[in-house]
Amino acid sequence: MNMSNEQYKKYAKQKAEKSPLLKDCIKAFLIGGLICLIAQGFFVLYQTLNIKEEDARLLTSCTIIFITAWLTGIGIFDKIGKHAGAGTIVPITGFANSVVSEAIDAKAEGWVLGIGAQMFTIAGPVILYGTASGMLYGIIYFFMTM
Amino acid sequence: MFLDFFWAFIIGGILCVIAQILIDKTNLTPARILVAYVCAGVFLTAVGLYQPLVDLAGSGATTPLSGFGYSIAKGIQKAISEKGAIGILTGGLSATSAGITLSIVMGLLMALFFKSKSK
Repeated sequence: MNMSNEQYKKYAKQKAEKSPLLKDCIKAFLIGGLICLIAQGFFVLYQTLNIKEEDARLLTSCTIIFITAWLTGIGIFDKIGKHAGAGTIVPITGFANSVVSEAIDAKAEGWVLGIGAQMFTIAGPVILYGTASGMLYGIIYFFMTM
Repeated sequence: MFLDFFWAFIIGGILCVIAQILIDKTNLTPARILVAYVCAGVFLTAVGLYQPLVDLAGSGATTPLSGFGYSIAKGIQKAISEKGAIGILTGGLSATSAGITLSIVMGLLMALFFKSKSK
C-alpha cells in the first residue's frame, strides 16, 4: 500500500475509531516493531565493532534490558506501556520491566521477601517454563543425536 | 542492510500483534502470554522453524520473548554437542544467563534508587 504519512494517520485514525482491537493492534505493531528496529540498530552497531554474532545478540538484549530498567525507574516506561499493550510486553522490554517494576513496588515490604521474592512474579514463571521446556527438548535432542 | 531493518520491524511487530489479539480476545494475562511465548520459542526452534525467522528478521525475532526460548533451545543444542548429557542441564540457563543476570541486578539497583510512583 502506498500512502503518505498524513494519509496513513487519517487511515489509522479512521480504523482505530471503528475497533479498539484494531487500534490496539496497530499500536502494538508500531511500538513492538520499533523496539525490534532499535534492537537491530544496536546489533548492527556491535557487529561493526567486530563483535562476533552470538555475543552481539547477547549485548543487544542486554542493552535493551539496561535502557528498559532506567525508563522503568524514572517512570517513563509505564506511560509508553499503557499505549503499547503487547508492543512493550512481548519484546525483552516486558521481561525487564516486570522485574524492575515489581522490585520497586515491593520495596516497602523489605529486601528479602519484598524485592527479592517479588521481582520474580512474572520473570519466575518465564524462567521456569522456559528452562523446563528447554530441558525436555534437551533430553529428546540428546537421544536423537547420540 | 535496509532489508534487515525492514524485516526486524515487520516480524517484531507481527509477533506483538499476535499477542495483542490473544490479550484482547481471550482472558490470557500478560504473564501467561510471556510464558507461552518462551515455550513456543523453544518448541519452534526444536522443530527448526524459528531459525529461518532469525535469519530473516534478526533482532525482530530475537528481541521478542520467543527469542528467549530460541536462546534456550540453541544453548542446549550447543552444550550437548560440546559436553554431552550434562548439557541438558547446563545449556538453557547458560545461554540466557546474561539477560537474566542483568535484569535482576538492574531490578535491585532500580529498587535502591527509585520509589514506587503508583498506588
